[in-house]
Amino acid sequence: MSGFNKVVNSYEEAMAGLEDGMTVIAGGFGLCGIPENLIAQIRKMGTKELTFVSNNCGVDDFGLGILLVDRQIKKMISSYVGENALFEKQLLAGELEVELTPQGTLAEKMRAGGAGIPAFYTATGYGTPVGEGKEVREFNGRKYIMEESITGDFAIVKGWKADTYGNVIYRDTAQNFNPMAATAGKITVVEVEEIVQPGELKPTEIHTPGIYVNRVIKGSFEKRIEQRTVRQA
Amino acid sequence: MALSREQIAQRIARELEDGFYVNLGIGIPTLVANYIPEGIEVMLQSENGLLGMGPFPTEDEIDADMINAGKQTVTAATGASIFSSAESFAMIRGGHVDLTVLGAFEVDVNGNIASWMIPGKLIKGMGGAMDLVAGAENIIVTMTHASKHGESKLLTNCTLPLTGAGCIKKVLTDLAFLEIKDGAFHLKERAPGVSVEEIIEKTEGKLVVPEHVPEMTFA
Repeated sequence: MSGFNKVVNSYEEAMAGLEDGMTVIAGGFGLCGIPENLIAQIRKMGTKELTFVSNNCGVDDFGLGILLVDRQIKKMISSYVGENALFEKQLLAGELEVELTPQGTLAEKMRAGGAGIPAFYTATGYGTPVGEGKEVREFNGRKYIMEESITGDFAIVKGWKADTYGNVIYRDTAQNFNPMAATAGKITVVEVEEIVQPGELKPTEIHTPGIYVNRVIKGSFEKRIEQRTVRQA
Repeated sequence: MALSREQIAQRIARELEDGFYVNLGIGIPTLVANYIPEGIEVMLQSENGLLGMGPFPTEDEIDADMINAGKQTVTAATGASIFSSAESFAMIRGGHVDLTVLGAFEVDVNGNIASWMIPGKLIKGMGGAMDLVAGAENIIVTMTHASKHGESKLLTNCTLPLTGAGCIKKVLTDLAFLEIKDGAFHLKERAPGVSVEEIIEKTEGKLVVPEHVPEMTFA
């Protein structure tokens, strides 16, 4: 690597430095826009006791779900985790910890973490189990709870295209949590479908500026569909 | 007769106004999209990051990168925009969505809603529901009036853990349309053929019944 060139050529290199007990922030919504090959690499490495910050936990044989097989996940911070049987089993057995977080609060925790804001106030969750034990403040007659932001040792992100400088664009709703995740990792790794030369992406269309990105790798993707719904042509 | 799923969707659709940005929850609320009145324009928001949700794709149009908040494959309508989850919830939390429709297990006379967690059963999570109820001014909750065993879901106090406190003002059940204000349910309309007595019997929380309760009509 030299200068601003962030491209790495192997998944081993992409995830180098990941250690037991680390916190990993992952982009994706359901199975859409998940860094599927970076997750597969973590499976291969066998890293354990990991905390994942991700909206969901994949399904049994795809996405973050595959890390449950060898019990690599200690804790999930997510908004919805209902899509896989192994998850349910480990949760009920007390082998897995879950911190359920409202979806918008989760997105904002990542965004704030990446932006250097340690905490924020939101009305979301006030008066519910989510608000229990959290500081409450009133602004303009309405009550808000304090939520702390999140940063990760690693962030793993799925982009559509990146240039070698790590400027990234996302495709359609595969964007979701990826831009926030990208800002919140000490080491941010982005896997993409295509790597182009600097200048090929328009500066105004960049979603994630390269300053947030440490490593870029080109992958090939299965892109599994969770709910295939169609209309007649 | 209690309203069918389609009739519930039709009744909610009458609350739509021209130019509304609307978030429809999973289940019956999604059906509202099939009954948008002619001559008005509505844009559907999907909290995974899509404003201007179109119909399901044809077999040829299916794209794994194009889904809605229910993780179903969808298309983008003309004039749609696509953005991050943080942006999506800025719209929701910031009160920019004109109408939110979602399901619930229970609501009570103080506008509390419980919709995500039944203690003792597996808890999957709240998804975006807590953000939606906290951020929206105009929410319609849709649910059955009573459980299969006849227990009311319109209560003095919610018994299940809350999704949001004091945020619900309108409820459409299979029996009635009600508004919540001043610590009571106010009966506004009843389903065709459903008696006021039946609604009174199946409403545990305080219910205010006007002299005349109009019956809903469906084409």
